[in-house]
Amino acid sequence: MSNILEVANLTKRFGGVTAVDDCSFGVAEHSITALIGPNGSGKTTAFNMITGYLPADSGHIVFGGVKMSRPRPAQLARLGLCRTFQQARVFDQLSTRENLVAASQPSWRELFGARSTAADREQADQLLADFNLSDQADKLAHELSYGQRKLLEFAAALVGNPRLILLDEPSAGVNPVMIETMERHVRARHAAGSTFLIVEHDMNLVMRLCDPIIVLDQGSPIATGTPNEIQTNSAVLDAYLGA
Amino acid sequence: MTVVRRAGLALLLTAAVLVGFVGVTHWIMNIFIFTVMYAGLATGWNLVGGFAGYTSLGHAAFFGIGAYAMDVTFEHHSIGAGYVPFAILPLIGLAVAALSVPLGWIAMRTRAATFAIVTITLLFVVQTLAFNLKSITHGSQGMGITPPPFALHAYERPFYIAMLAMLVLALLISWYVQRSKLGLVLAAIRDDEDKAHGVGVHVTAVKLIAFSTSVALASMIGAVWAYYVLFIYPQFAVDPLISIGIVLMVFLGGKGTLWGPALGALIVVPAQQYFAYELGASKLYLIAYAGLFLVIMLFLPQGIIPSLTSWADRNRHRRARTLSGGPLASPPLHEVLP
Repeated sequence: MSNILEVANLTKRFGGVTAVDDCSFGVAEHSITALIGPNGSGKTTAFNMITGYLPADSGHIVFGGVKMSRPRPAQLARLGLCRTFQQARVFDQLSTRENLVAASQPSWRELFGARSTAADREQADQLLADFNLSDQADKLAHELSYGQRKLLEFAAALVGNPRLILLDEPSAGVNPVMIETMERHVRARHAAGSTFLIVEHDMNLVMRLCDPIIVLDQGSPIATGTPNEIQTNSAVLDAYLGA
Repeated sequence: MTVVRRAGLALLLTAAVLVGFVGVTHWIMNIFIFTVMYAGLATGWNLVGGFAGYTSLGHAAFFGIGAYAMDVTFEHHSIGAGYVPFAILPLIGLAVAALSVPLGWIAMRTRAATFAIVTITLLFVVQTLAFNLKSITHGSQGMGITPPPFALHAYERPFYIAMLAMLVLALLISWYVQRSKLGLVLAAIRDDEDKAHGVGVHVTAVKLIAFSTSVALASMIGAVWAYYVLFIYPQFAVDPLISIGIVLMVFLGGKGTLWGPALGALIVVPAQQYFAYELGASKLYLIAYAGLFLVIMLFLPQGIIPSLTSWADRNRHRRARTLSGGPLASPPLHEVLP
């Protein structure tokens, strides 16, 4: 299987602290890859560099065959790489439906056209129905519960049918039922052909959902493998338990 | 748009045009002109300050650039029967829009308070340039334009109509932006610019479109103003109080709404004239101005139109609840707003 995303030698220093240190890994197409590691191991920093939110000190990524040392978020989105944030970020003053329309990557011509066309609404309502948010379609996003906002952000990331979706702690701060909902959506999208890279702290979720798993420690990968391999890997146990 | 609303708008426009044709005294007409002028400036400012959420304090710089563009153009050219200057307004608008792209590109790399400071700095840079580029602006001596040969009893009419045309243009552009995807992505940028990048919005380009359009309107209005007041000099044409007045009016009326900025101007400009008249030459009217700003921040932090809208919303919900016995989903803001 070929890699949809290659991360090559990414490094980021904050003053004297090297948050991500010469980090290289690949994400295989059609996989649900997990990126785990103890607190402070550089997962989110790596995520931010991959998605263009933080400039890397050195290194580059290759996504969809395009090599980028300074990727830009909008460029990545249009190439088919979308992400969510740890703290669900949605457009508060737009309605739930408009949140999805805003994420539809309008062309220049569409930008000067109607605010939401019938096609926009149809596409948005389809997704809202998938995510059980139809009743909230006309509510402003800030009126939604945290779990609903998280679902909305996920739905918005899916609008352009991205090839690779990066989820930053999809289960953080949501109730167990919502975690199952998230998991179901990831599996459904995966079955439909999308690739996922997930940062997650809920080990139960990671172990049943993801394969392969990449473990970061002190800014670089120390192990890669199936859930079983990772659970029995002594370097991983050392990193987590500090033994 | 409903028939009633369309008829109402036609009536409003006719009335506004007719105001230019009733024979009121010169000083009343003067107040009308300044009211409509600020309504246009505020409506134009709202494109970037309201829709995109970038509070610019630099619009007076572009107002002044438009004013000087007018005077410099007609320093050595005949104004003919007095209507030629109005004909070149679109050229001034386009030229300033082009000029504003690199300025906006730099300024809009900053946000919020920093953007306000960068733009007010721009204002003082332009004012300093007006003082020092003596070969073009005649520095602090100021410069003038030939008074037009308009009939004395209706002298203000062409200026009033020109200002009104600018206001209508600004309202039409705002109306269009609100209803296009441009308005949608501008609102997204206002809510969370970083997130907007992440979902593939052309953030920089969209912000620049809003900025350039907004300051081009300011420059055209400045050009009409320069022609009306006939004589300009740096502190007068590039005046921070213009920027502050615009922001005050937009905040009072409701930023990000279609009619709010014009409504704010309709209240503030006559009030300011009244204060200036009552409180005379003392600069106490500026304190009254500040007092007005305080009252807005305390009692109408969202501005008149959003406050009225949410009040009407709450009332309707209460009625709906008593009728149906259950809560009702609220309609999206843009469907409620006029």
